Amino acid sequence: MMLYQRTIRDLHQMLVDREISSVELTDAVFNQIDAVGDKTKAYLLVTRDLALRQAKAADERLRAKSDIRPLTGIPIALKDVLCVKDVASTAGSKILRGFIPPYSATVVERLEREGAVFLGKTNCDEFAMGSSNENSGYRPVHNPWALDRVPGGSSGGSAAAVASGEAIAALGSDTGGSIRQPAALTGIVGMKPTYGRVSRYGLIAFASSLDQIGPMTRDVADAALLLQAIAGHDPRDSTSSSRPVPDYLATLTDGVKGMRLGVPKEYFVAGMEPAVGQSIRDAIRLLEQQGASIEEVSLPHSDVALPAYYIIAPAEASSNLARYDGTRYGFQAGGGRNIIEEYMLTRQQGFGAEVKRRIMLGTYALSSGYYDAYYLQAQKVRTLIIEDFKAAFTKVDALLGATSPTAAFELGAKTQDPVAMYLNDIITIPANLGNVCGISVPCGLVDGLPIGLQVIAPGFGEETALRVAYAFEAATEFHKARSPLMGAAA
Amino acid sequence: MTAIATRYEVVVGLEVHAQILTQSKMFCGCSTDYLTAPPNANTCPVCLGLPGSLPVINRRAVEATIRTALALNCEIPEFSKFDRKNYFYPDLPKGYQISQYDLPLSRHGYLEFDLKGEGKRCGITRVHLEEDTGKLLHEGAIHEAQASLVNFNRAGVPLMEIVSEPDLRSADEAREYVMRLRAILQYIGVNHGDMESGQLRCDANVSLRPAGSAELGTKVEIKNMNSFRAIHRAIEYEIERQSEVLGSGGRLAQETRGWNDARALTVSQRSKEFAEDYRYFPEPDLPPLDVSREWVAEIRSGLPELPAARRERLITTLGLTPYDASLLTSSKPMVEFFEETVRLGAPAKTAANWILGDFSRLLNADRKEIDQASVKPVHLQQLISLIDSGAITGRMAKQTFEAMYRALDPSPALQAARDSTQISGDADLDRIAEQVIAENEKSVADFKAGKEQALKFLIGQGMKISKGRANPQRLDALLREKI
Repeated sequence: MMLYQRTIRDLHQMLVDREISSVELTDAVFNQIDAVGDKTKAYLLVTRDLALRQAKAADERLRAKSDIRPLTGIPIALKDVLCVKDVASTAGSKILRGFIPPYSATVVERLEREGAVFLGKTNCDEFAMGSSNENSGYRPVHNPWALDRVPGGSSGGSAAAVASGEAIAALGSDTGGSIRQPAALTGIVGMKPTYGRVSRYGLIAFASSLDQIGPMTRDVADAALLLQAIAGHDPRDSTSSSRPVPDYLATLTDGVKGMRLGVPKEYFVAGMEPAVGQSIRDAIRLLEQQGASIEEVSLPHSDVALPAYYIIAPAEASSNLARYDGTRYGFQAGGGRNIIEEYMLTRQQGFGAEVKRRIMLGTYALSSGYYDAYYLQAQKVRTLIIEDFKAAFTKVDALLGATSPTAAFELGAKTQDPVAMYLNDIITIPANLGNVCGISVPCGLVDGLPIGLQVIAPGFGEETALRVAYAFEAATEFHKARSPLMGAAA
Repeated sequence: MTAIATRYEVVVGLEVHAQILTQSKMFCGCSTDYLTAPPNANTCPVCLGLPGSLPVINRRAVEATIRTALALNCEIPEFSKFDRKNYFYPDLPKGYQISQYDLPLSRHGYLEFDLKGEGKRCGITRVHLEEDTGKLLHEGAIHEAQASLVNFNRAGVPLMEIVSEPDLRSADEAREYVMRLRAILQYIGVNHGDMESGQLRCDANVSLRPAGSAELGTKVEIKNMNSFRAIHRAIEYEIERQSEVLGSGGRLAQETRGWNDARALTVSQRSKEFAEDYRYFPEPDLPPLDVSREWVAEIRSGLPELPAARRERLITTLGLTPYDASLLTSSKPMVEFFEETVRLGAPAKTAANWILGDFSRLLNADRKEIDQASVKPVHLQQLISLIDSGAITGRMAKQTFEAMYRALDPSPALQAARDSTQISGDADLDRIAEQVIAENEKSVADFKAGKEQALKFLIGQGMKISKGRANPQRLDALLREKI
């Protein structure tokens, strides 16, 4: 097996055993990026010099056997919404072209302390708004399983990088499914932690009350390991929780015997591909065979989650994105005759169509006279969704469903129909609104394209979600399937 | 004005913005020093609103706001939150200001003050907490500037907004309200009350209505009033302007007007017929504030004596007139100066007269606060004792005081006054020495027996006879010689 095809844990052992060095490993991954990068377009920026510096430093630690951590020397990709000190960070937007943050996100600092190696900034939908990566301000990402297909979004670059061997693992961000959906569509594991579990400091905001950073990896154990490294309270993020972080690996292999797993009937949505529905039912049966008791549950307000999300997220975004006015950093159009005209020119030229659409939606929803009918109403719906989950979790330990109603679709297939695009997130959005956590784990191939099983657990119940996902993964071979791009260079 | 006052009732409400004297900014660790630091030196990713940065609440600023609210008799709800006020302006780095909308830290208070001996009460609608903006510097006049510079040192400085009910009925009342409010802020140590630097800012909503009417008239907001005098003049001007418009059958426009101090008039800045839409919504980056009753009780117990209580004390225990007591307590440094002077031995009434008279006149002319003057309580007390002992005349004292005030060190002027009236003439001193010896036989005997202490007593008697004007060194020599 090629180095870039392996898991974090495998490589960690090889690094510790001095079988390989971090520099060799990093070179191997860069070679793969060189080989397939122009096909996937997974990266917006490759930080080769930084990575080699970090790899050498990691090798020092490994050689000296000093402070060796699970991620020491492991090459990791970072979604472009994460600020890295002195490294261009654009959130996939032209309006941030040239912006070099003078500080690093908290998660980035934590990975640095672990001794991880940063490969670069991965492509994404502009300001993480999208489900196909076609809203990137620079170029779309292509799915390593079929280059004419989308990798999902908005963390499509991170997903494609892990699925093509262009990274061992990656960080993404998930506001309405942006980690789980691309993970499902590229055959990897992706987890959205509970809101407040991971610091958002240094994450370029889309919707502040929904955004969470999470791991995207080859398997569930790697996800647990990466989450362990980034989770925990951060005094710089007032919305981060001070609850202690459990040892995710300690309970990972405990199995599902005796667990109660719920299947929300509303998650078998209209428009779900029959083959996806079948795979999910098979997955549920398999977990039942593992000793879990399965029962149907109801999350009655699931059908209004999507409309509520498309009020709340754009409302917050319209405010969060107001700062991009061209006067202090990033792109400036120039040529305005006064400050207002300059603002308008900069924002007209700097933002893409979907971002403008959401700014307008959000501005409208917050406007005087419409606030009660839209924003306030959506917040009430959000409360109902939180209550739905609370009620369900009095009966069951975790919920099961599909991550995405379909496998990866063709590039361009939905770009003309925003609502059809929004429907991709119909089963992932409730977890963001409901302040719970969710993980997507590969559960099969439909016409050669991967799909994902979603496991949802209560707020701060990451160990439960990981444990169920691990039990499923351990009993199946789906996660071992490699994309043609990852295999082709082998 | 009298004719107008019978036809229209004046309605004034004030919005006062007061910066809070914390070490660090409202949502980050940057220093709040924006006046002396080089431009943009006290900034960081948070107060510059860089992508990905997040605010963290400064607990001391919340505490100062609650302290202010308690001093203004407000209710402090247990639950409060921050909201975003969205608008585009180059001095606002995030494109929104973190402020408070529907659940402020406090509401429903009042402020009592005294106007020409009559007690008044003005309702306080709310006191809330927000962040200040940066400061723009235009190249020339704003409407023709070719370039503007932004200094973000002030961005994120904690700012309280204190909103009054429309309970004020004249420019006099408005000025008095602000003076009282400023004194309270000084007393509780949240603000120095400097209006010129913008540490304390005041906007006024002014409207007129037919006397006896319960409905409010069209209101005009006046901005840019940088002193008590400006507040008074601007409101007076606006009352006159509005009554002229209404008197001639015209309609008033709802608008914002700026006070132009040099031209002594208000100028229309922008129409408010179409209210601006700030699209307030709860700040998702900050959790709501739970204000525990224990915390409020703790802050309440730490409140110092407030101006109203101090005023009462000055009247009842020192016998000052209500008017003098009001004036003295309107400024914390002034009342502290007064009380220290009295503590050193000066009679209260005399000290009050000096502080409110000559001293205030000189300070006002120089636009200085009493604690910035070189004259200290000890100097004033000594001057007063010279007058009281009859050593110098009132007229001389006035000249001496002004000389003391003008000097960096008031002591030489004070000493000169003392010297100029000293009795140093041999004949006069001789007469005093003789009288002392004649009247104090026992002490004279004691001194002869070697008790050095007795001579001190004799010199003291001489000073007493001379009403403090004898030169003590020469008296000492003369007594030794004679005994």
